[in-house]
Amino acid sequence: MKSNTMILHTAALLIMPLQLMFSVFLLFRGHDEPGGGFIGGLVAAGAFVLYAFAFGAEPARRILRVGPRDLLGAGLLLGLASTLPALLSGQPMLTAHWWELPLPGGDYLKLSTPLIFDIGVYFAVLGTIMTFVIGLMEAEE
Amino acid sequence: MLLAVLSGFLLAIVVPLLHRVAGKYIGWLLALLPASLVAYFSTFLSQVQGGPLLLEYQWLPGLGISLNFLVDGLSLTFALLISGIGTFILIYAGSYLAGHKYLARFFVIMLAFMASMLGLVLSDNLITLFVFWELTSITSYMLIGFNHEDLEARKCALQGLFVTVAGGMALMAGLILLTIMTGSYSISAILASGDPIHQHAFYTAAVLCLLAGAFTKSAQVPFHFWLPNAMAAPTPVSAFLHSATMVKAGIYLMARLNPALGEGEFWSMMLMGFGAATMLTGAWFAFSSTGIKKVLAYSTVMALGTLTMLIGVGTELAMTAFICFLIAHSLYKGALFMLAGALDHETGTKDISRMGGLRKAMPVTATIAVFAALSLAGLPPLFGFIAKELMLESLLDAPLWSNLLVMAAVASAILIVGVAGLVAIKPFFGTPGDTPKTPHEAPFGMLIGPAVLTIIALAFGLMPFLPENALLKAAVASVYGAPVDFHLALWHGINAPLLLSAVSLIVGLLLFRAWPRIQPTLNAINYAGSRVGPEAGYFKIMEWITVVASWQTRMLQNGVLGIYMLVLVAVTFGLAGYTMLDKYGVHFTLNLADSHFYEWGIALLLVASAVFASSTHSRLGSVASMGVLGFGVALTFILFSAPDLGITQLLVETLTVILLVLVLFKLPEFVNLSTPFQRYRDLAVSVFAGITITLMMLAVLDIQYFETISTYYVENSAPLAYGRNIVNVILVDFRALDTLGEIFVLSLAALGVLSMLKLKAEDQHKP
Repeated sequence: MKSNTMILHTAALLIMPLQLMFSVFLLFRGHDEPGGGFIGGLVAAGAFVLYAFAFGAEPARRILRVGPRDLLGAGLLLGLASTLPALLSGQPMLTAHWWELPLPGGDYLKLSTPLIFDIGVYFAVLGTIMTFVIGLMEAEE
Repeated sequence: MLLAVLSGFLLAIVVPLLHRVAGKYIGWLLALLPASLVAYFSTFLSQVQGGPLLLEYQWLPGLGISLNFLVDGLSLTFALLISGIGTFILIYAGSYLAGHKYLARFFVIMLAFMASMLGLVLSDNLITLFVFWELTSITSYMLIGFNHEDLEARKCALQGLFVTVAGGMALMAGLILLTIMTGSYSISAILASGDPIHQHAFYTAAVLCLLAGAFTKSAQVPFHFWLPNAMAAPTPVSAFLHSATMVKAGIYLMARLNPALGEGEFWSMMLMGFGAATMLTGAWFAFSSTGIKKVLAYSTVMALGTLTMLIGVGTELAMTAFICFLIAHSLYKGALFMLAGALDHETGTKDISRMGGLRKAMPVTATIAVFAALSLAGLPPLFGFIAKELMLESLLDAPLWSNLLVMAAVASAILIVGVAGLVAIKPFFGTPGDTPKTPHEAPFGMLIGPAVLTIIALAFGLMPFLPENALLKAAVASVYGAPVDFHLALWHGINAPLLLSAVSLIVGLLLFRAWPRIQPTLNAINYAGSRVGPEAGYFKIMEWITVVASWQTRMLQNGVLGIYMLVLVAVTFGLAGYTMLDKYGVHFTLNLADSHFYEWGIALLLVASAVFASSTHSRLGSVASMGVLGFGVALTFILFSAPDLGITQLLVETLTVILLVLVLFKLPEFVNLSTPFQRYRDLAVSVFAGITITLMMLAVLDIQYFETISTYYVENSAPLAYGRNIVNVILVDFRALDTLGEIFVLSLAALGVLSMLKLKAEDQHKP
């Protein structure tokens, strides 16, 4: 299924990159402000769904580059990977670890296992919805 | 230690990458891991002499689940067998499956399987043991069904999975009962407590459940049928499965818990009875089969029965025999299976009756096979001889059923001598057979494993003091539950066990000579028996399950979505409402003084859109008003300062509406299909659900059973978790385990939907 309206095509091309950037923004600000991996994943999924509506399932697959199921796998693996630092240092599972990397200019880049975990949630949510939508659209065809 | 156990899983993740780099040397490369694990485990050899060693790692301390590892003689023996034989299996597989298009996938599963097995034998915590136990079931399922395009392989894999997982369920119940009896999840604590568990009221139930788990896993009668079928796996898998892993898991569990459970007579009788029956059954079928892998598979059943029986006998001598037999069996069975694969690979057939005189074409294979078979038959100077002599000696002075057990053991020994002849004499000597391929010597990678394993068996046989001092005493002590002292020797002088061995050797050789003539008769007997055997029972049960499943699907899931909703809602709210009435009753205080006019507005909007959605005759109108309802809820969340919930609700609502619109114009015209009665019934159920949930919400506002936890989150979110958004901090930090569970559920749901769509597509493509 794909639509043939020019308005939707143009809108999709314009909105999708913005929406994807916004989803990443939501993902990273999540720890302090409203947002996070779940919401970010939903927004990103919305962007790809919009694209899929405008251009069809196959082009949506191409622009995703990796299969929706691989996204699921990546999300779950990241979620599990975030448990490793605690495990290897003998702490209870999912104990948070924080690292500060100095950046040029005196700033610090804060990295943490909750962030890795949140990115995993992001991919899992995105993968789930894309599996649904692309699966349904292909079943239609 | 933690890293050692997990290393298999970690390496498995990068195998596909390594495969691209290493190409056809992938087997050799991956074998470095188990080889270094052997070296690592060897460093514990001197430490376990002084007693068990507990290595502690926290995992989920809040749930009492730890990743503690218990290293003692028994677990170290198993760990060394798994990693040692695993090394050669990986090398062998690299050669045996060279060029296979799923080679990388094979090694991924194989490494995960090995790691699960290591985790199983080293775990000190019953829950982690169970997790690893189930992991071995799942990975072995994937290995047995590795040739997934072959219907037979898929069927056999599924059979193994059903039998072992059904046993796993029983095992879980047994472990829980064990924990209730002893008050601990820790194996070392249970073993050390010295409580008289066998006097506990749950003892019999616990033993039955635990044994159901162990017997299914270790292929004891009547569950033995899955193991020979598991030969559908590629030969390296069979070799590993039979020699050091999987089927030995049940044996390990019984040996592990023997000091705690073994004081009861019930335990001994169960183990000796089923063990002896399994031993005889295995020996009988091994001798009467023609496929070389099938012969070996049934001889494993025989060995597993012997091991179970020896644990049941329970004397110090029996435990010594148990450990020796375990090691001897792993060594010769690993070697023989790998050689069987080489024979199959080089001659193109598995049928022993078609092989003969291969020793000229395959001299190295023949030499190794003869030595390995000597160990199988229990002849000097191999380690198998020592093990068998000990076995007979321990049965001769068994406290219970001694005569019966000795007779059974001799009968099975006779048959096994015949079996040894089948695998070592029949293919390699005598008149050349007629094989599909012109036989030639197997490649180096396929011979190194069997050669090394057989040399070890020979060395242990000639110099039994080597393993005895290094490991065996500690291993026997941990199965027996008390310090032991013994001295192994190849030559014990002329005594009763030796005479029994001599008798079984002579009768066995006679049987072997008669094999070509009597085999068809034996086969006919087996065929007649197979109609009433346990495997027939398995198929009956599977049929029965399908019948019940289709009956209850017709009843509960007849395809009308409205009914699903009705049942779901009625049951949930019926139970919840009943519980509330029972425990709390109906009373609440309603305080409307501090509500604002806009809150009333939103509430009104929600009610109006709900009423409209359920009463309109336009589908689009219904979808749109459902959307309004959802956005109204989102608005409520935002008003009561839960922006994250609000945003999520908004996004989910948007996506739902989009999905609905997507299918909307595909749907047929709106027609009224339901009768007035059905509509009033549905109305009644929904009103009931609405009233129940309202009363529950009001009740929640009034009662407070516990101190609210939200103050803790508010106070600690920033200082402990460095985040100001409490919702997110709860999701990814404070309660991250729940979220982890949720994303797994989410993914499973996605895969479920996908497979349903795929199945439907396949149905449509069928002519």
